[in-house]
Order: sequence, then C-alpha cells, then structure tokens
Amino acid sequence: MGVFSGLGDKLKHVFSKLTARGKLDEYEIKQAMREIRIALLEADVNFTVVKDFISKISERAKGEEIVKSVTPGQQVVKIVHDELVELMGSKNAKLAVSSKPPTIIMMCGLQGAGKTTMCGKLGALLKKQGKKPLLVACDIYRPAAINQLQVVGKNVGLEVFEKGTQKPAKTAEQAVKHATNNGFDTVIIDTAGRLHINDDLMRELEEVKKVVSPTEILLTVDAMTGQDAVTVATTFNQRLDVTGVILTKLDGDTRGGAALSIKAVTGKPIKFCGVGEKSGDIEVFHPDRMASRILGMGDIVSLVEKAQEAMDEEAIKKMEKRVKDANFTLDDFLVQFESLKKMGGISEVMQMLPGMGGRFKFNEKDIDEKRIEKFKAIICSMTKKEREHPEIVKSSRRRRICAGSGTTIQDVNQLLKQFEQTRDMMKKMKNNKGRLPF
Amino acid sequence: MGIFAKIKNALKKTKDAIAYRLNKLFTGGVLNDDFYDELEMILLSADIGSETTESILDELKTQIDKKHVKKSAEVRILLKEIMHDILDFELPKEEYPLVILIAGVNGVGKTTTIGKLANNYKKAGKSVTIVAGDTFRAAASDQLTVWADRAGVRIVKQGEGSDAAAVVYDALQSAKSKNTQVTLIDTAGRLHNKVNLMEELKKIDRIIDREFPEAMRLNYIVLDATTGQNALSQVDLFNEAIDIDGIILTKLDGTAKGGVVLGIAGEQEVPVVYVGVGEGIDDLEKFDIDDFVSGIVDAE
Ligand SMILES: Nc1nc2c(ncn2[C@@H]2O[C@H](COP(=O)(O)OP(=O)(O)OP(=O)(O)O)[C@@H](O)[C@H]2O)c(=O)[nH]1
Ligand SMILES: [Mg+2]
Repeated sequence: MGVFSGLGDKLKHVFSKLTARGKLDEYEIKQAMREIRIALLEADVNFTVVKDFISKISERAKGEEIVKSVTPGQQVVKIVHDELVELMGSKNAKLAVSSKPPTIIMMCGLQGAGKTTMCGKLGALLKKQGKKPLLVACDIYRPAAINQLQVVGKNVGLEVFEKGTQKPAKTAEQAVKHATNNGFDTVIIDTAGRLHINDDLMRELEEVKKVVSPTEILLTVDAMTGQDAVTVATTFNQRLDVTGVILTKLDGDTRGGAALSIKAVTGKPIKFCGVGEKSGDIEVFHPDRMASRILGMGDIVSLVEKAQEAMDEEAIKKMEKRVKDANFTLDDFLVQFESLKKMGGISEVMQMLPGMGGRFKFNEKDIDEKRIEKFKAIICSMTKKEREHPEIVKSSRRRRICAGSGTTIQDVNQLLKQFEQTRDMMKKMKNNKGRLPF
Repeated sequence: MGIFAKIKNALKKTKDAIAYRLNKLFTGGVLNDDFYDELEMILLSADIGSETTESILDELKTQIDKKHVKKSAEVRILLKEIMHDILDFELPKEEYPLVILIAGVNGVGKTTTIGKLANNYKKAGKSVTIVAGDTFRAAASDQLTVWADRAGVRIVKQGEGSDAAAVVYDALQSAKSKNTQVTLIDTAGRLHNKVNLMEELKKIDRIIDREFPEAMRLNYIVLDATTGQNALSQVDLFNEAIDIDGIILTKLDGTAKGGVVLGIAGEQEVPVVYVGVGEGIDDLEKFDIDDFVSGIVDAE
C-alpha cells in the first residue's frame, strides 16, 4: 500500500473520465458510491451503517455543484469526509465532572480491550491536570489482573484500592468511601473484561453501577474490532447506558471503522484514544482525523488547509517547478522541514499524512523534532554536490558525514531513505499536475 | 427519526431477521439479485471482508452455472464447500521435542491460550515447560504463573523488565537439560507495525533456531475473532517477521464469527489450527472447518 493509496486513488480513477460539467451525474455518483462502500467496509464500518451512510451521501452528492478549483473526486471525498465528521461528532467531548466529588469513572468492555492500561493512562492524565485520582481493582477473574493494576498504579504514582476477589460492587462501594474520606476527587474503577452476552457478568456491572452511580461509564473498545462492534456496543449501552467510548490501540494500522459503527448505534461520544503502551499514550478524540483515517486518506483535508497557510504561493510555485524538473534535492527537503515546522510540528503533520500510521513504516522516533534537528545537521554536513545528488552518498561519504554532524550511520541512512520516499511522493504529485493526489 | 435512531432500528431488525432470512434464503426463492445481496450481507457481517466476499460469490455463481443449480437449498451446500476448500490445509505432524512460539497483538489471548495448550499437552502425557517471554506488560509473568499452576507444568521466568530474548535463551537451556517434550513460549503483545518490537520477536525466533535446532518449531499467531480486516495486516507482518505456521482464533464464544480468516487463508495460506471458546482451561478446540463454516452460513 503506497502513501496515497486508499479511497482517494480509487475515486480519482472513477472520475478520471469526468471533466467538470456542472453537476455530478448519476452514473458517476453510483460508481463513486461503490468505491466508498468498499472503502468503508474494508475499514470495518458495519455494513448496516455503511448502507445508511451511502444513501445519505448519494442524496447530497446529486445536488452538488462542482467547485471549479477542485476535481470531482476531491469534491466527493470532501462530501463524504464532512458527513463522516458530522456523524462522529463535530468536536471532541470532555469528561464530565461530578458536582459532588468524587467523580466516579467506571470502565467496561470486552476481554483484552485495554481497560487496565487505560485506567492508568486516564489516571495519569487527570493527575497531570491537578486531580487526585484513586484506581480501583474490580477485575476479580483474570489471573493477576489486580497485580497488573497495582503495577500500573505504581508506575504513574497513583494509589490502588483493592479488596481481593470479593464482589466488585462491594469493593467499588468501599473504594468510594475511602476516596471521600481521604481527599481523592476522582475514582477510576477497572472491571473485568466480559462478553456482552454473558448475562451474569453483565448483571455484575449493573450492580456496580447501581451502588456507586458513576459520573462516567466508559466503554473501552479495541480499534481493530470488526462488524461485531455494533452488537457489543449496543448491548453494553442497553444494559449500562454508557456515557462515552474509548478507542484503544489506534497506534496500529487499523482504519478503525468501528469508531463510526459505535457512534452510529449508541450515539455516545468517543472521548479518548489509546495510542501506545506507555502511560502518556492517550489522546483526546478528533472526529475529523478519524474520518480521514477511516477513508484511508490520512488527514488530507486539514493537511491541505494547513499547507496553504504555511507555504506562500511563491514557495509552492518554486517547489512545483523543481519537482517538475525532477530536481528535488536535499536542499528542498530542508526547506520542507522548515515549512512543516510552521505547520505545527513534524509529528502533527506526519500523523495527518495518509498511510503514515500504516504500512509506511515510520517509528514514533522517526518523526520527533530531535530527529529533524539531526537531519538538518546531516544535510548541513554535506557538500553541495551531495545535497544535489544524494545518490552519490555511499559508505565512505556516509562515514564522513556522520562524523561531521555528530550523528550515526543509521541516522544518515534514515534521512536518505526518507528523502527518497518524499521524492517519490512528490513525483506522484507531479503526475497529478501539482495537486495532491486524491 | 434521527440518523442514530434509524440505524439502531435497522440493526435490531437485521439481527432479529437474520435467522429468518437465512432460512428463507435457502429454502425457497429464486436466484436473483436480491438473493445474492442477502448472501453478500451474511458474509460481510461475519467479517469476511468485501474483497473475499466478492470472490466467494463469484466462485459460487460460476459453480451454480456449471452445475445447473436451480434450488437455493443446493446453493447452501455449494457455498459451504467453497468456504471449506479455502480453509482446508494439511497440518504438519507434531514431533518432540517441540517448541511453540506464541505471538500476536495486545490482548488477543496469548497467555490464556498458553495455559490451555499446556493443559492439553500435559493431559496427553507430555512434559511441558512454559516460558514467560512477556517481560514488558505489568504482571504478565504472574498471570502466566497462575496458568502454569492450573495446568500443573513448570514455568521459567525472570523479573519484569528483563530482556525477553535472554529469558528465552535461559529457558531453552533448562528445557533441554530437563528433556522437556513441549516448550511453550509466551511473548508480549505487540502491534505488527512497530518495527522495533517486531525486531525483538525476530531475535527470539532466531535464538530458538540457534539454541534448539533439534526441536520441531511451530510459530502461532493468536487472533481475536472480534477483529475485523486488520487481522490480514497482522498475519501479513507477523508472517514476514517470523514465518507463521498457524492461527489460533480466540473468543469465538462471543458473537463475532471470525470470518476474516477466510481472507487470510485465501491470500496468505496460513491455516487456522485451534479456536478459543472461553476463559476456562479446557476452552481450546482443534479447528473444525465444518463447524466454523456452519457458524457463518447456517441459521441458529
Ligand atoms: N471469552 C473469551 N475470552 C478469552 C479467550 N481467550 C482469552 N480470553 C480473555 O481475554 C483477555 C486477554 O487474554 P490474555 O491471555 O491476557 O491476552 P494476551 O494476548 O496474553 O494479552 P497481552 O499479553 O496483554 O497482550 C483475558 O481476560 C482472557 O481471559 C476466549 O477464547 N474467549
Ligand atoms: Mg499475555
């Protein structure tokens, strides 16, 4: 899968024969909808949700005038994207705070979704915001689950309340008392993973809910979940009336269509995402980024907007010309870094690029600002000839460059590889007449 | 009615109607577009994925033409045959000493499966060592120790944060000196797109080859049946790293059907070997193709 693969490419193909002729015509809309349907299904959006979504989109696309400056493909992508964002909630939702402390947050979900890890992350986040959270161990089934929460708690410097394998409702009740008496303003209750169809275990959660009346009941869902996400979310929501959803493991390369399915069937906002195994790897949910990710096109929409702000016309023209002449050099690469910086930092931009979370192998460590500083040092240690013809940088030159820049051979290799990938990307853009290829 | 309410309603109807529709589909009816639309819906809802669904349906249509099938009841049989063929692989015969490396993304059921496997081999009269190769996740080795006790087998472990490759190295020496017939190695959950974590797994894989060349090797990836199309990517990248011999499909006791393995079997030729059907020590079964296919195609 290339950097710009996904729905964008396919739509481009569908619309390649179409020149702007006023309105989108019905046949083409139908073709485009087929591609969108497949894209959504491949992203694991539930097929019922897809069906509804498609009929809504087709209606809207029919009436739409083609804006002169964009291709019909872009136009349809934009419509789909906008509708997706709207369906997923146009802005991110905050955690509720109880007017009568402590605020009680109860986690629930299937086995292996990532609840325990998320308890630690949420706790750490709230602690950083000046709160005093208490973690409560109510997973009495999985071997060593209580241990796990204790280790997690210790790592983030939070107290863990546990009462062994006694009934979770009782433990939760005691924990809230403990919190009230000891100045904790937030209580985060970890519960055992369970199947939504396990009536006894679902009743256990209802009991916990009844006893402590949580401020938030957060359904934790693995972002890789497939079609079954709707059944799971519907059942949990019916039994517990959850207040929000947390998506985990979004640092993988899943398209995450479950997010859309869950939002569609429960109407409940997605509040946080887990994006790694460390306690700091938690983010608030951005519906617009998720929409792009589901469509398999990265956050191209905001990227385009940001790019327009950050690069002035003149610079773009110059860059375009160099790309056209196949003249893109490491010097240009350096200029790109600078403009990326203006666009809000490398990592933010990289995250928005299509495929970056996916098969295009970027480690987190590849995209941090420090690495970029290294890249700059490396480029500055090169001769003019090397900067213009990076392909001549072989082993002896590499050694000299890394000595000169105080970096390692790996750093140099990394830079050259990334440069090459970028140049390929630029070539693709060039084939698309300077437009971003979607 | 708002869009949420509408979708919710539609879903409920779909669920209620699915058994009814399946039966209606295969008992009467003509083989028209509606028929194929219904079939498509059934396959998609099992996570078979649009691409694989399409190729299954294409094959079905071809065979329907070729065999002049007119009745939808016969179509059910044909469809099952096609799916059966995709999933049918010959599995290697196990020899001892045997080393099984268990890998997969986070939370799929690796550790639990090791407990179940240990129990199976123990019951079959084999000597078993399990290796706590997850040195990363909090309390992972405590969890595995509970399983070792339940199964009544020995476990080799070191403290949290120690080097996983070193644990495996030591464990192999110990397994060899004790003449262990089956060595089961647990590993930390890792997302397949994390290059450095996959490198660590490769290293473990190489160490086993190097330190225990006389042993038969099996590398299994554990997949959660609830997972959608991302499972394709998981198998793809784990396979690239450590040559996967088979899949253990867990959590089939839920409502997810695990149909994504059809795409995996078709594209990547990796067979399903076991299925997990619960959290108990006996909840591991040999993969039965007919049962599995029936779970997707037959009404309950
Ligand atoms: N219902 C059901 N639950 C299962 C099955 N297999 C495992 N589980 C549960 O899934 C959860 C995660 O299982 P683990 O064995 O800890 O998974 P893991 O892959 O070792 O997880 P990490 O090491 O954290 O990556 C536990 O609560 C298990 O009890 C199964 O077949 N059915
Ligand atoms: Mg484990």
